[in-house]
Amino acid sequence: MTTEKVLIKGNYAIAQAAVNAGCQCYFGYPITPQTEIGEYLSGKMQELGRAYVCAESELGAINMVMGAVSTGVKAMTSSSSCAVALMQEALSYAASDELPVVLVNVMRTGPGLGYIYPAQGDYNQAVYGGGNGDYKIIVLAPSTVQECVDLTYRAFYLAQKYRNPVILLADGLLGQMMEPASFGEYPYPEVDVSGWALTGAKGREARKIYSVAPDEKKQIQHIYDLHKKFEVIAENETTYEEFNIDDAEIVLTAFGSMTRNIKAAMNVLRSKGIKAGCFRPVTLSPFPHNRISELALKGKDFAVVEMNMGQMFKDVKYAVDGKSKVDLINRPCGEWLSVEEIVAGVERVMQGGKAYAANI
Amino acid sequence: MQQIFSKPKSMKKDFRYTFCPGCDHGIAIRLIGEVIDELGVREEIISSTSVGCSVFLYDFLDIDAVEAPHGRALASATGVKRARPDKVVFTYSGDGDFASIGLAESMHTALRGENITAFCINNTTYGMTGGQLGPTTLMGQKTTTSPTGRNKDYYGYPIKIAEHIALCDGTAFSARVSLDTVANINKAKQAIKKAFQVQLEGKGFGFVEILSSCPTNWHMTPEEAHERVRNEMMPVFPLGVFKEI
Repeated sequence: MTTEKVLIKGNYAIAQAAVNAGCQCYFGYPITPQTEIGEYLSGKMQELGRAYVCAESELGAINMVMGAVSTGVKAMTSSSSCAVALMQEALSYAASDELPVVLVNVMRTGPGLGYIYPAQGDYNQAVYGGGNGDYKIIVLAPSTVQECVDLTYRAFYLAQKYRNPVILLADGLLGQMMEPASFGEYPYPEVDVSGWALTGAKGREARKIYSVAPDEKKQIQHIYDLHKKFEVIAENETTYEEFNIDDAEIVLTAFGSMTRNIKAAMNVLRSKGIKAGCFRPVTLSPFPHNRISELALKGKDFAVVEMNMGQMFKDVKYAVDGKSKVDLINRPCGEWLSVEEIVAGVERVMQGGKAYAANI
Repeated sequence: MQQIFSKPKSMKKDFRYTFCPGCDHGIAIRLIGEVIDELGVREEIISSTSVGCSVFLYDFLDIDAVEAPHGRALASATGVKRARPDKVVFTYSGDGDFASIGLAESMHTALRGENITAFCINNTTYGMTGGQLGPTTLMGQKTTTSPTGRNKDYYGYPIKIAEHIALCDGTAFSARVSLDTVANINKAKQAIKKAFQVQLEGKGFGFVEILSSCPTNWHMTPEEAHERVRNEMMPVFPLGVFKEI
């Protein structure tokens, strides 16, 4: 491991970071644009005497992860959009069973099979989940290849620290992009899992990791407990970035790799005399509702810029709660919104124009 | 006084089976408990659970277990075994869990030759939900979702699980047993032991399909139900060892 920067593709950066984080098992099934993660790890894990399984399906893969992490080891799978849809059942179980699953979603276009154009259409799928029941997942959204490394490290740590599934929500642009990144050492302490991990009932009571509670009171309490845990996660782990926020009249808000272009658009707007700032949630779940609410109360308007039909937009509106104006600048998939398109969109909404879709 | 009969040590101390009267799950679970005792592996076991009546095994065996969604027991078990190759890993499913919703996971686990032991209770119906047509429902059998009986044009055919698993190159042992008589119960125990032993020896996937009665959903007395196992199930699902290496 080195602190020197290397030029590396996002997918490979995630894979190597998983190795550095001590991921003992990778289970996966190919799908573009994340296949390089499995390809890289197939060789690397064997070389290191760790486990790599070409699963029969994404259903198989995520359930293998659940089995592996139940024994206290770090394990992960990676996939993309329509195939992550297949894993939603397991994520609901993993949240209920408090299993530290790590799932990387390198988003492509949907709905349905869609295509391999980059997109950010899985915000709702990740943040609100496609599984049944009341559960919450921790969702981290990297915006650079360096953050692919840093947030993969954080994903493994948070998963075990809180015994909660974590999704690293990247996208095809980031997965396929080469950028300089340094790996350093895995920066987090090892979490003690000995109090719950399954290792065989040697010298202790047998352990069951279970969500079945054929007892109404226990079931109610279990759901309350899961939500109390997530309140602690929200308190401790909510992270975001801000740029030029103090004097900003309009706050460009984006997640993941769209963050890159709003920073550039902010500079262009500033050069034109428009007081623009940037806000970028790093954790999409827990979402920084409180901070957005504070900024709205100071009268700052928001322009949410995303590659979907307004998924994070709704969370920002919810946080703003009518205290200021929130507009959407978006495209559902394909070529990332350019700096020029974002600037034009912001100018238009600031003049009270139609906010919807910068390319219309 | 010499104690000549007791519960297996790997079973919980105080429990009463919650299965319907005459159900064979209790016998199967006890046999697994006895074999775990005889092999001395209770403290090394991590099991992945199923969904259906089979999931109650975990109320009676005193072992570590992790929940898997319906049909995913073998995928979960694969994860456990790859993470902890030194542990003894087994699953216990019904025919619906193992061979309908979980067929892909089950068969691919056999094809990969995972050192895992799997048991499948075949009672030709979905027992927990009240007796619907399942992957092993016999031709002509009436269930709540085949009210006029299973016919090929409407419902297709039942699967012969143990024979299919035996065809997988990664399978080290595949057998079908029954619990209808004392003699067959003894043979079943031998097969259960063998299915664990191939795992312990690192030979590959060990599998036993266990023909079982479901008097409640078959609307029969326990005695009639065992007669049905003999007269109707065994001609379609013959007992025997289909693969042993």
